[in-house]
Amino acid sequence: MLEVKDLHAYYGKSHILQGVDLHIGAGEVVSLLGRNGVGRSTTVKAIMGEVPPHGTIRFKGHDIAGLPSYKIAHLGLGYVPEHRDIFPSLTVRQNLLLGVKNVRRPGKWRLEDMLDMFPNLAARADTPAGVLSGGEKQMLTTCRTLMGDPELVMIDEPTEGLAPLIVQQVGDLIARIAQAGVAILLVEQKLSIALRISHRVYIMGHGRIVFEGTPDQLKANDAVRKEWLEV
Amino acid sequence: MLELIVISTLNGILFGMLLFLLSSGLTVIFSMMGVLNFAHASFYMLGAFFGYQLTKWIGFWPALVLAPLLVGAVGMAVERYGLRNTHKHGHVAELLLTFGLAFVIEEVVSMIWGKSPVDYRVPAILDFPAFTLFSTNYPAFKIFMLAVSVLIFVVLLIVLKRTRVGLIVQAALTHPNMVAHLGHNVGRVFMVVFGVGCALAGVAGVIAGPALVTQSDMAGLLGPILFVVIVFGGLGSLPGAFIASLVIGLVQTFGVALNGSLASAFGPLDPSLGPSVLSDIWNVTIAQIAPILPYVLLVLILIFRPMGLMGTRES
Repeated sequence: MLEVKDLHAYYGKSHILQGVDLHIGAGEVVSLLGRNGVGRSTTVKAIMGEVPPHGTIRFKGHDIAGLPSYKIAHLGLGYVPEHRDIFPSLTVRQNLLLGVKNVRRPGKWRLEDMLDMFPNLAARADTPAGVLSGGEKQMLTTCRTLMGDPELVMIDEPTEGLAPLIVQQVGDLIARIAQAGVAILLVEQKLSIALRISHRVYIMGHGRIVFEGTPDQLKANDAVRKEWLEV
Repeated sequence: MLELIVISTLNGILFGMLLFLLSSGLTVIFSMMGVLNFAHASFYMLGAFFGYQLTKWIGFWPALVLAPLLVGAVGMAVERYGLRNTHKHGHVAELLLTFGLAFVIEEVVSMIWGKSPVDYRVPAILDFPAFTLFSTNYPAFKIFMLAVSVLIFVVLLIVLKRTRVGLIVQAALTHPNMVAHLGHNVGRVFMVVFGVGCALAGVAGVIAGPALVTQSDMAGLLGPILFVVIVFGGLGSLPGAFIASLVIGLVQTFGVALNGSLASAFGPLDPSLGPSVLSDIWNVTIAQIAPILPYVLLVLILIFRPMGLMGTRES
């Protein structure tokens, strides 16, 4: 479904991505792990065109490298950025409605379902989203992207700065997205959620993929964990 | 005195609403694109001249609709073929583009219509006194101008707060990238917003042209005041622009209308009764300094509240 080959990206003169290769099949849950600053977020940003990509990126057979991000979104690629970019002055309900790409063709996620799933959001449906807690904002951005009915959703650091109980809830939400048949690329630093729900994991180091395998293979491989993940 | 206060308040609100038609577009364009559109007042002038020309050809009412649409189309073309291409070279290039555009529009206007005022008159159907207050006849056209401005203000508010397009615009003001990631064509939104902003300036031109003077220097006269308004209100703030427009409108109108001076305020204690080097200053009337009052306000707000009345950014 998504195929990335020899992807390079630059911030000014620094060469951040140095030839990333990865692929995700339909309905597959894949995690992209690694320490801070190895280029995980940049990989996702380059795929969405927020950072100029150099290399091949194919999604459902379309060459999407460098397309405007709204066109990429319309092909069915959803993106939940790491800073939980909610629209603070709009209400929770308005935020969710802006996730809908085509008003005439509703997708499989409906506003009512989202609010049923998260009583916290339902209770604040008509308050400005800026007052939500970090965990609620994370739920809101994720749900907002789902409203656009993506076939693959890339979620960047959803548990950053959240309390353990909330991390658990975020994990449940991601598991539920996977159950609905949506493919997921999860960018994470913590292993807990990634190992629980992923079919496959990639580990990045120095702008490249340095490990690819199943969660069990990663658990068994102490050397890789020590070298690329543990502090 | 009461008569002066009532009439000046009406005139002040009217001038304020006209300013708001311009400053609302300017401030929304600024917060979306980060570019101060130096040519914004030129679009107001285009509105007045298009209004004049179309009124001559097809009458005032069709001109009232058509002229702003034309101005909006010119604005959209400027965004699509000018600003969008210069965007990658940074804000300085964009600023220079709008700066140059202001000169180009002024020159083109004076080439076509000449440098002296054109005969753009209040349409006969609105050329009567609406009411007589004390001894002043208040012209119906001014009431009409006020009605049009208020109507547009209300429509704008409803579109922005109640429609899907309005929500997308509001979201794109602060998070354009995220809006694009959700599948909305932000480039097109920018173009339309720029066009609508210019069209609003055009409306102001069409209705202000007959009441003021339609001349090729009218953009240069209004432009500086416009920047005072949006800096005073806070760059990028729509409510700020609204309040600042009314404040500046009222300050200027009252400034011109009041005939007092420092000397008269002191009555018999007036030092100018005796010979003094300062007597010239004591006898300056408020009306004489009215034109600089907005700039005094600008300096004060920059000293005491640099982000403006309702602004959020420091710069």
